[in-house]
Amino acid sequence: MSKSNQVLEEITSKEYEHGWTVNLETEEAPKGLNEDIVRFISSKKNEPEWLLEWRLKAFRQWQKMVEPKWPNVTYPAINYQDIIYYSAPKQKVKPNSLDEVDPELIKTFEKLGISLTEQKRLTGVAVDAVIDSVSVATTFKEKLSELGIIFCSFSEAVKEHPELVKKYLGSVVPMNDNYFAALNSAVFSDGSFCYIPKGVRCPMELSTYFRINAANTGQFERTLIVADEGSYVSYLEGCTAPMRDENQLHAAVVELYTMKGAEIKYSTVQNWYPGDKNGKGGIYNFVTKRGLCAGDHSKISWTQVETGSAITWKYPSCVLKGDYSVGEFYSVAVTNNYQQADTGTKMIHIGKNTRSRIVSKGISAGKSQNSYRGQVHIMKRAANARNHSQCDSLLMGDQCGAHTFPYIDVENNSARIEHEATTSKIGEDQIFYCLQRGIDEEAAVALIVNGYAKEVLNQLPMEFAVEAQKLLALTLEGSVG
Amino acid sequence: MLSIKNLQAKIGEKQILNGIDLKVNAGEVHAIMGPNGSGKSTLASVLSGREEYEVTDGEVDFLGKDLLELSPEDRAREGIFMAFQYPVEIPGVSTINFMKTALNQIREYRGQQALDAVSFLQLMKEKMKLVEIDQSLLNRSLNEGFSGGEKKRNEIFQMAMLEPKLALLDETDSGLDIDALRIVANGVNKLRNKNNAVVVVTHYQRLLDYIVPDYVHVLYKGKIVKSGTKELALELEAKGYDWIKSEATVA
Repeated sequence: MSKSNQVLEEITSKEYEHGWTVNLETEEAPKGLNEDIVRFISSKKNEPEWLLEWRLKAFRQWQKMVEPKWPNVTYPAINYQDIIYYSAPKQKVKPNSLDEVDPELIKTFEKLGISLTEQKRLTGVAVDAVIDSVSVATTFKEKLSELGIIFCSFSEAVKEHPELVKKYLGSVVPMNDNYFAALNSAVFSDGSFCYIPKGVRCPMELSTYFRINAANTGQFERTLIVADEGSYVSYLEGCTAPMRDENQLHAAVVELYTMKGAEIKYSTVQNWYPGDKNGKGGIYNFVTKRGLCAGDHSKISWTQVETGSAITWKYPSCVLKGDYSVGEFYSVAVTNNYQQADTGTKMIHIGKNTRSRIVSKGISAGKSQNSYRGQVHIMKRAANARNHSQCDSLLMGDQCGAHTFPYIDVENNSARIEHEATTSKIGEDQIFYCLQRGIDEEAAVALIVNGYAKEVLNQLPMEFAVEAQKLLALTLEGSVG
Repeated sequence: MLSIKNLQAKIGEKQILNGIDLKVNAGEVHAIMGPNGSGKSTLASVLSGREEYEVTDGEVDFLGKDLLELSPEDRAREGIFMAFQYPVEIPGVSTINFMKTALNQIREYRGQQALDAVSFLQLMKEKMKLVEIDQSLLNRSLNEGFSGGEKKRNEIFQMAMLEPKLALLDETDSGLDIDALRIVANGVNKLRNKNNAVVVVTHYQRLLDYIVPDYVHVLYKGKIVKSGTKELALELEAKGYDWIKSEATVA
């Protein structure tokens, strides 16, 4: 066995860093899914009638739908009756301030390196922390509300800002959009809500941190961000889960809505538990993310660093409805061991002079399968639309796979579309070059991979970029064959 | 500094080095010459620790350490530098970033603190001047889209940054025009001092007009068949390698 392979062995047997659990008292729904469970969730959250109706409608549609089979991933059939759809850390009273939050919860997040105590946070990031199904704390709320920015848990938004929720919920991702979106619409438990008023530039990064803790539960959160005319917000999403032998389902929906001249920058560092090195356990990450550039000159930019999950199925997309609107998708997807990822984006050009840019960097190691799937659709009315796509794959070792499925549909002849794709391998020569300069193999792989992914990592906000770099290195160190 | 005794090595089933003996002292420049396939580059590769080559016999002492026992990165940290014949490209990684990583790992190995950004920049500026290299080149992805001359200059810049005790220049002259050759050689000469040594591996004598060796060794079929001073290189230039071959065969 060559030295590289040895290092690969060592690293891949390295344990997932966030694999611990905490003993939180939780309140759970019984296993399984039926209308009663939907009602149970809705009543637990004291929801208004309209929302219950919306959920039930989604549930009935879901029952008629079938799980998509087209992704390039394989997994045993999911038994939807064997999942707990609602689990919440028990809190005696609803906390009014952070001082009243269960210290065990605060500790949980501190263990993840996320301090919920505002005065301790220097980085200027406001956080909404979601554990299992429920938002437990949101920081910097008051400061943000001075600017008219609403940043709170989804449940709170339903209570405090029903008109906004009612107007925009499902406006970007309809409840029956796809199998998992419908499931989420029926049983979503919480998530984040954000509204940036006209002309306001959000002064800090907003962030949601998701943590699955309880066993046998699914996590179904929903994020809705609305940017009113001329506003700007940068939003970050992070996630981890404990190591468990069974697979856990995560089916989230994220909806972004930008009005005229508004911009949303949405960044994700996804680090769900990927399963062990033999492919046992791990999160099924089946997520629907979509942004609607409703107004002219608006912009939505997705940046994702995907390192976790046993299976990833997600296509953060942009619907470019407003004239001159811009959609961007920057992605680094890393798979190792037995991980499978089928991820990419959709850029739907509806308005005139719309532009989109796709930069996808796949990295496959171990026995993993990594697919890029992307669609660029130029509709009839979208005169002078432009798209540039770049899809690169990096292979480490000779047992992994990289696949690219680009779909291009053009209905307007004035469109200009460019697609570039490359596949490369980390070479022994590159590694040796580094070794000869005194750089050890782990650092060499980190250097090469980060160099490869630089264009995407550069899109991340500073605090996240550093974290993402480390994460990439950690996931892949030494994975050269 | 470097003492090689009866070094034998093979790649796959092919024996390439058949018992090399060589002593290099601090302050010296040695040239290893020889026809194609004589094992020149293999010698440099074995000394720098390339995995593909298997050492079958012999020993190498470097500053009191058993060099063959050290990993490639530790050899580098102990002070061995190889200027590659074909430096590889590393997209997205600038020379500056690359050197910072290398220098700090070497410093850590030696129990020194990492250089802060200011000191690093200072050091870099100083070395850039020494080897006449432009910063714009160092900001670019390592070797990506570099011309042959730029690649070699970049190698010498890295050598200047890492201040090795023993530099192995593997066919550094290949692919260089005369101006580039002069700049590269000047860089090497400026870096020479009584505490370090240089081993130049080359097919042609022209590099030795600029980097003047104290000793010249001729390698043939994996053995040093003749050693001499710089005049030997001139003789080879004039007469070619054939007479060496026949001499070696007779012997």
